[in-house]
Amino acid sequence: MDDLMTVVDWSRWQFALTAIYHWLFVPLTLGLSLIVAVMESLYLKTKSEKWLAATKFWMTLFGINFAIGVATGLILEFEFGTNWSNYSWFVGDIFGAPLAIEGLVAFFMEATFVAVMFFGWGKVSPKFHLASTWLTWLGASISALWILVANAWMQYPVGMEFDPAQMRNVMDNFWALFSGIAINKYFHAVCSGWALSGVFVIGVSCWLLYKKRNEAFALRSIKVGGWIGLIGLLLTMWTGDGSAVEVTKHQPMKLAAMEGLYKGSTAQSIVAAGLVNPDKRWDNNEDEYLFAIEVPYGLSILAKHDPNAFVPGIADIINGIDVNEMGDTVNTVSYAERIRLGKLSHEALRAYDIARANHDAAAMEKAENDLRQYYPYFGYGYFNSVDEAIPPVAVTFYSFRVMVVLGSYFLLFFIVALFAAYRKDWLQRINWLQWVAIVSVPLMWICSEAGWMVAEVGRQPWTVQDLLPTKAAISEISSASVITTFWLFAVIFTVLLVAEVSIMLRQIDKKSQKNLEIDNAH
Amino acid sequence: MIPLLRGVGASISSTSRRIWSLYYDGFRSMTVGKTLWAIILVKLFLFFVVIKLLFFPNILKRDFDSDEDRANHVRQELLENHRKTPPL
Repeated sequence: MDDLMTVVDWSRWQFALTAIYHWLFVPLTLGLSLIVAVMESLYLKTKSEKWLAATKFWMTLFGINFAIGVATGLILEFEFGTNWSNYSWFVGDIFGAPLAIEGLVAFFMEATFVAVMFFGWGKVSPKFHLASTWLTWLGASISALWILVANAWMQYPVGMEFDPAQMRNVMDNFWALFSGIAINKYFHAVCSGWALSGVFVIGVSCWLLYKKRNEAFALRSIKVGGWIGLIGLLLTMWTGDGSAVEVTKHQPMKLAAMEGLYKGSTAQSIVAAGLVNPDKRWDNNEDEYLFAIEVPYGLSILAKHDPNAFVPGIADIINGIDVNEMGDTVNTVSYAERIRLGKLSHEALRAYDIARANHDAAAMEKAENDLRQYYPYFGYGYFNSVDEAIPPVAVTFYSFRVMVVLGSYFLLFFIVALFAAYRKDWLQRINWLQWVAIVSVPLMWICSEAGWMVAEVGRQPWTVQDLLPTKAAISEISSASVITTFWLFAVIFTVLLVAEVSIMLRQIDKKSQKNLEIDNAH
Repeated sequence: MIPLLRGVGASISSTSRRIWSLYYDGFRSMTVGKTLWAIILVKLFLFFVVIKLLFFPNILKRDFDSDEDRANHVRQELLENHRKTPPL
C-alpha cells in the first residue's frame, strides 16, 4: 500500500506546479487588458494614430499570452476530480457554484468580446470596438472574482451547513461567500495583475529604447504602463494590509508562520530581514531566528492596526492563549482540545449514521446536535498531535519576505520609471536604467508567485480551514500515477512556456522594427 | 404584420451574416494568430483527450452510480480509513 503522505505530497506538488504555471498568464491578462483599453480610449479621444499603433502592439502581446494561457486552469479542475475527490465531494455545493459561474462568464464574455477586439477593427464602429475591449477586461476581472471567492471560502468557510446524510457542506447563504477575506483577496490579486503588467510594459518598452527603436512609442507606453502599474501596486499594498488584518482574525496560525513567531507579545515587532532557526519547535526553547533585523511595533500595526496590540505566536495559539483588548490574558481553545473535539465530531457523525440505519429519529437528532456543536473542529480530528497543525514555517516566512521586499522595490521602480519618463532624454540616455527595467520583468512574476505561496503554504495543513486537512481530502490513488502525471505536466508546461516566450519575443522584435511613430493628429 | 416579420427576419439574417463574416475574415486574415490557434488546438487535445481521459478520471463519477453511493464512499474515506483518521 502506498504511503499516504507520498500521495499527498506529490498531489500537492502537482497542484502547486499547475497553479503556479496558470498564474504566469492570469495577472498579465488582467492587467494588459486594462492597459490596452486605456490606450484605445486615448486613441478614440485624440484620434491620434500613435495611440492606435500602441493599442495594436500591446493587444498582440495580450493575444499571445491569452492564447497560451487559456484553459490551463482547467487542469486544476481535473485534479479536483481525481486527486482530491474527497475534498470535491465534501465542498462540492459551495465550490461548484462559483466555478460554474466563472466557466459561463469566462466562456461567453471572452468568446464574444475577445473576438470583436481582435477581428473587429473596421468591421464594427470604433465605439463598439472600444466597448468590447473594456468588456474583455471586465470579463477577465469578473472571471477572477469567482475563482478568488472560491479560494477565499477555503480559507474562511462560511455561508454553509454540513449535511451528515449527504456528507457534504450545503450552501445556505450565497452572499456570505463575499467575506472580508474574499474581497481583500480579490482586489489584492487583480490589482497585483495591473502592477505586473505595468512592469511588463515598462520592461519591453525599455528594451525598445535600448535597441533605439520607436523611442517616442516606448516612452508613451511607459507612461501608461507606469501609471496603471503604480496605481495597481498601491491598491495591492492597501488590500494586502486588509488581508493581513483578516488573516489575523481568521487564520492566526498562518500569520504566525509568515512571521516565524512562536511566542507572541504586545507591541510585537516585525522581522524586516532574518533567518529562521530550523531547530526551533513550538515546544522547545531554541531561538526563533538565527539572526533578525526587527522593526518595533511592526507586526502589531500590520495585524491589528494598533502598535500595542498582542499578536499570538505559534506556541500561544497551540496552548490557547491570547490577550484581549483590555490587556488581560484569556484562554482560547487549545489545539489539544481542538483535536479532542474534532474526534468527538467524528464520533457524532458515526452515531448519526448508525441511528439513520436503524431509523432511530431520537438518536439521529441527538447525534446531529452533537455534530453541530463539535463541527467547527471537525478537521482537527484527523491529527495525531498538534505538530501536524503547524504550517511549513520557513517556506511561508521567506515567501512573505520575497513578496514584501520585491513589492517595495517595485514601488520605487514605478516612481523612478515615471519620473524618468517625464524627464527629457533620461530613459533614452541612461542605459543601466533600461537594463534594470528589463531585468525587473521576471522579478515581478517571482513577487506575484511568492504571494500565492504565502497564501497557500501558510494555510497548510488545511484544504478547508479547520474542517478538512489535505491528508483527508486526498483520493485513494497510487503515488505512481501522480508522479507520472506530475512529470507529464512539467514537460507540457515547459514546452508551452518556451513557446509563449519565443513567440512573444519574436513578435516584439518584428513589430518594433516597423515605424510605430505615425501620427496623423496634426 | 407580415412585412414587419419579414423586416425582423431580414435584420436577423443580416446580423448573422455580419457575425459570420467577423469570425471568418478574422480567422482568415490572422498572421501570428494561426500559430496560436495551432497551439490552442494541440493544447486542448492534450488536455481533454490525453490527460482528462487517460489520467484524470473523475473518480466518484466513474466508480459510483448514485449520489448516495458517492456519499457513502466519502463517509467511509473520511471516517473509517484509518490511514487518515487516527482512532480516539
